[in-house]
Amino acid sequence: MATVRLSFTPAPAHVRTARLVGVAVARRAGVPEADLDEVRLAIGEACSRAVALHRRYALTDLVEVELYDEAQFTVRVTDRAPADVGGTAMPLAALIDQSDGGDVVDEEDVAVEMGLALLAGVVKDLSVRPAPAGVGTEVQMSWPTVPQR
Amino acid sequence: MDLSLSTRKVGDRTVLEVGGEIDVYTAPALRERLIEVVEGGARAVTVDLGRVEFLDSTGLGVLVGGLKRMRLSGGDFSLVCDQERILKIFRITGLDQIFTVFPSVEAATAGSAG
Repeated sequence: MATVRLSFTPAPAHVRTARLVGVAVARRAGVPEADLDEVRLAIGEACSRAVALHRRYALTDLVEVELYDEAQFTVRVTDRAPADVGGTAMPLAALIDQSDGGDVVDEEDVAVEMGLALLAGVVKDLSVRPAPAGVGTEVQMSWPTVPQR
Repeated sequence: MDLSLSTRKVGDRTVLEVGGEIDVYTAPALRERLIEVVEGGARAVTVDLGRVEFLDSTGLGVLVGGLKRMRLSGGDFSLVCDQERILKIFRITGLDQIFTVFPSVEAATAGSAG
C-alpha cells in the first residue's frame, strides 16, 4: 500500500506538482537532505518521460505516481503508453552535430537521451519494466533513508 | 518558482539571464526567447544560468537547440554557471564536453572572441 498516491492528467504543468509532493514525502521518509536534489530531478525526469509518451500517443490516461515510505523511500511512476523504444540510440555528438536546422524534434530527441542518462546517473536503484497490469511502463526508483528521531 | 528571462547587451554579446525552474513546463518559453535572440541577429549569446534553481532534460534539449542554431548562423554560444548542482547535470549527461561553460559573465566576455 502506497504511503501517497498521485494521479495526474498528462500535462507538463503537473510534473512540478509531482516533484514537490515527491520531495515532501522523501523528506518525511528520512531521505538525507543531500539526496533530495537527486530525488527531485529523478521524479521530474520519470514524470516528464511519462507525460511525453502520453502526448506522443495522444493518450488522456492519468500518469500514476506511488510513493512508499518503507525500509527505503521508493517511487513508482507508471505510464500507459506502448513500450518505449528507449530513445534514438544516437551518439550524443551525432545529435548535436546534425546540421538539419536545430528544430524542435531534435531538441526532443536530445531531451529523451538526456532524460535516460540523468535517471541512470542519479538513481542507483532504478528499474524500468512493463507495467504489471495492461499497457505501459513502470519506472521504479529507491533511495535509502536514515531513521527519524 | 516560475521561469524568469531577461536579456541585456554586454559589448557585442547578448546575455540571456535565466532564473527559476527550467522544466518540461517552462522550457518552451526559454526556447522561444532563444529563437528570438538568434533570429534577431545576435552573433554571440551567453545564457546565464546563475539563478536557475532546477534544470531537467527538457531544458538541456532547449540549450542544445540554442547551441545548434548559433552554430548554423556562425555565431558563438556559451553558458554561465557556478552552481555545483547544475554543473553536475551537465557532467552526468556528457554535455560539459559540448558546451563552453564559464563561471561568470565577465569570464564569458573575456574568454570568447564574440
